[in-house]
Amino acid sequence: MIHQRGICAKRSIRLVSTLFACALLSVQGLHAQGGGDPTAGKKLFNANCASCHKLDRKLIGPPLRNIAQQRSLAWLHKWIRNNAALRDSGDRDALAIFEEYKGQIMTAFPQLSDQQIDDILAYTSQPAAQPKAVTAASAAPTSGTAASNTGISTKAFNLILLAIIALLLVIIILMTRVLKMVYEMKYEDRLRELERQKAAKKRLSFVEFFEKYTPGFVFFGLLLFGVAMYGAWVYLTAIDVNTGYEPIQPIAFSHRIHAGENKINCLYCHSSARHSKTAGIPSVNVCMNCHRYIAEGAETGTREIAKIYKAIGWDPEQQAYIPNYKTRPIKWVKVHNLPDFVYFNHAQHVVMGQIACQTCHGPVETMDTVYQYSKLTMGWCINCHRLTDVQMKDNPYYEKIHEQLAAKYGVKKVTEAMMGGLECGRCHY
Amino acid sequence: MLSRRNITFWSVLWALLATACWTDKRDPNVQYMPNMYAAVPYEPYAVNRYYSNDMAALAPVPGTVPRGYTPYSLPNTNQGYEESRNLESPVAATDQNLRRGKYLFGIHCAICHGDKGDGQGQLSRTGKIPGVPNYKDRDISLGTVYHVIMYGRNIMGSYASQLTDTERWQVAQYVMKLRSQK
Ligand code: HEC
Ligand code: HEC
Ligand code: HEC
Ligand code: HEC
Ligand code: HEC
Ligand code: HEC
Ligand code: HEC
Repeated sequence: MIHQRGICAKRSIRLVSTLFACALLSVQGLHAQGGGDPTAGKKLFNANCASCHKLDRKLIGPPLRNIAQQRSLAWLHKWIRNNAALRDSGDRDALAIFEEYKGQIMTAFPQLSDQQIDDILAYTSQPAAQPKAVTAASAAPTSGTAASNTGISTKAFNLILLAIIALLLVIIILMTRVLKMVYEMKYEDRLRELERQKAAKKRLSFVEFFEKYTPGFVFFGLLLFGVAMYGAWVYLTAIDVNTGYEPIQPIAFSHRIHAGENKINCLYCHSSARHSKTAGIPSVNVCMNCHRYIAEGAETGTREIAKIYKAIGWDPEQQAYIPNYKTRPIKWVKVHNLPDFVYFNHAQHVVMGQIACQTCHGPVETMDTVYQYSKLTMGWCINCHRLTDVQMKDNPYYEKIHEQLAAKYGVKKVTEAMMGGLECGRCHY
Repeated sequence: MLSRRNITFWSVLWALLATACWTDKRDPNVQYMPNMYAAVPYEPYAVNRYYSNDMAALAPVPGTVPRGYTPYSLPNTNQGYEESRNLESPVAATDQNLRRGKYLFGIHCAICHGDKGDGQGQLSRTGKIPGVPNYKDRDISLGTVYHVIMYGRNIMGSYASQLTDTERWQVAQYVMKLRSQK
């Protein structure tokens, strides 16, 4: 307690009102501490109670900070041991709080000893951490990233570069003009003499000139033609190939955090890849499976997660869905786009072909925003069909076909191309 | 030499080359004659401003029952939970179904409940999601597990949108198998 007061005193130099709140809380803490050990209590609380209670805000059940000041110790012990029995005994407080939470049932904890309950209560009686210092610390890095995002965009940068180049060109042109004028003024006579000599010489006509230097002409002509054709080829084949396309999404959703650091399976969110053509984007209720509890991210704080709540109409204060809320679907930008005249099926590749997502989509679990990793051209599909073996193990559907094809091509393994994966009609119809 | 015609030629060429390069990866690349590229019918997840919510994907009318599907009649209340206790599974607990259950459990549940169902999944070990129980500490039955997957319970959400009816039973069977294992 003395230790905590020390901290309070230090902070209070900055703000008198905080000192007041602090002092008040620590007095209360002293009062309720009893024989409990708050450190052991914290562990017990996190293991047993944290799924339904937070200290300072409503979750499934009421906030528990300083509950020991609001209720008697005996009542609390009975309630936590077995709240149903307490209600059955007709206790009015117990029935009232049960009503208030619309009959949500709190688990009974007969296994907790008196000492353990005291520990938990000691933990709930600790003063709140200073919110000021916390927000200041966590706000700093966020604003830092925001600033780095608003640097000069590539487009503006390109424009400035072009302008500088244009300016330089103009300067060079002007300089040459001036130099030429100076030169002409200085050597006027000599120049005239030279011109007369030039005119005296017989001029080669173009045809004569060409006949004289034919091999050179042909060589350089071909070279130029080749380079031009190559340039045109590179340019034309890159049209509508979107490798590296990385649009900005409406919510800064990070695959690195979800699939990478927290190791969430791709199919947890993209669950329709198991059944259907589309891998699917998870609907907001899937996000809520975790984000009902996780209201704050380490990197963006509550800003981005609040957008999820806004989409589905979740009120984090009340811990309840807002009734009759008009939901606002999140407008994700589609990254991978095949043209309409191609049929591509995820279930066929992921379930039957047992191909890992990363083969086609690249290291998604390291991406903060998803970008297109593969080319998605026809050559890309065909190439893989030529090289990839069909997974026929444990698949009775393939048993007969496998033998026939293996005999037909005289090979042990059958590639997708042999199965007809190059036929136009499989992808275009 | 730098005649006027020369200058125009080079600057036009450079300008062309500059626009041909795809520098800003936030916008898609240029398309050439994109006839038949964009679908005429609505794509999954597309915007359709004629529907409420602007979504082409509509939810079925409330009360719609797909073919071959038995609706789940117990309500999401404490009483419904108790009534679900004695439900029987329409799916036999064969090896194949259990294997499928294990696969699905690994995708959807193990992240919190752990591979062994001991409440030690990645998210609970790192403290991101608190209070994930060990199945052995809970008085649960096959029916209540199905009920919980269907509606969720307290802080755990519903998995009805990610698992089909049959899959829910398969997972529930696997949960009960984990619970009975040492
Ligand atoms: C399954 C969710 C759940 C868990 C786990 C849980 N509680 Fe509760 N608790 C509730 C609910 C809901 C209420 C509100 C009363 C009601 O509806 O029964 C409540 C009420 C309480 C109250 C009464 C609050 C008041 O204002 O009178 C106390 C004290 C309490 N819980 C302590 C605990 C402790 C300590 C633990 C951990 C050992 C715990 N609870 C675990 C759900 C839970
Ligand atoms: C054989 C290559 C391949 C594999 C393997 C693959 N994808 Fe795809 N994915 C694609 C292509 C091609 C598209 C573009 C589809 C379109 O536009 O119609 C796509 C599109 C998507 C989309 C956008 C939505 C949609 O369905 O159109 C998501 C999400 C996605 N993939 C996730 C996944 C996940 C998760 C996995 C692993 C389970 C996976 N993909 C495996 C090739 C693949
Ligand atoms: C299986 C659990 C789970 C699901 C489902 C889930 N998330 Fe998360 N999310 C997490 C975890 C864990 C974190 C990290 C929290 C932290 O670092 O403290 C997180 C963090 C975030 C963050 C904040 C990142 C940061 O560090 O600032 C955003 C934004 C987010 N998620 C969006 C979403 C969206 C959108 C969906 C739905 C498509 C979703 N999440 C679904 C578990 C989940
Ligand atoms: C927590 C849920 C979640 C998990 C886990 C997850 N994704 Fe996603 N994924 C999303 C959301 C939401 C989007 C849409 C937003 C975006 O494009 O960033 C998305 C988009 C994608 C896209 C781009 C789709 C398009 O627009 O073309 C691909 C590809 C993809 N995910 C692959 C994967 C792969 C591979 C994994 C596993 C390593 C994975 N996802 C894991 C939620 C998830
Ligand atoms: C990573 C390798 C790979 C890539 C890339 C790939 N495929 Fe496949 N594809 C396979 C394999 C393997 C199968 C066989 C799956 C099976 O067992 O049925 C297959 C099967 C198919 C089939 C079914 C053919 C049949 O036998 O009926 C179609 C259609 C198809 N792919 C279309 C595409 C399209 C379109 C693309 C490009 C957008 C593509 N694939 C890219 C590996 C690939
Ligand atoms: C494995 C699947 C697959 C097979 C088999 C296939 N294609 Fe394609 N094809 C594609 C994909 C994917 C594209 C789209 C490429 C793009 O958008 O860059 C495409 C694009 C095309 C285009 C270009 C259309 C345009 O306007 O860009 C033509 C033409 C075409 N295919 C003809 C054929 C013919 C002819 C065959 C049979 C010999 C065939 N394809 C077999 C996947 C396939
Ligand atoms: C985001 C984390 C998370 C995921 C993923 C998750 N659960 Fe849970 N689960 C919880 C939590 C937290 C509880 C404790 C709820 C409570 O307080 O009663 C729980 C409780 C349960 C219970 C006990 C409920 C009771 O009757 O007491 C069962 C059974 C269960 N989960 C099954 C599943 C199954 C099956 C899946 C996969 C489809 C799953 N869970 C996925 C977090 C999760």
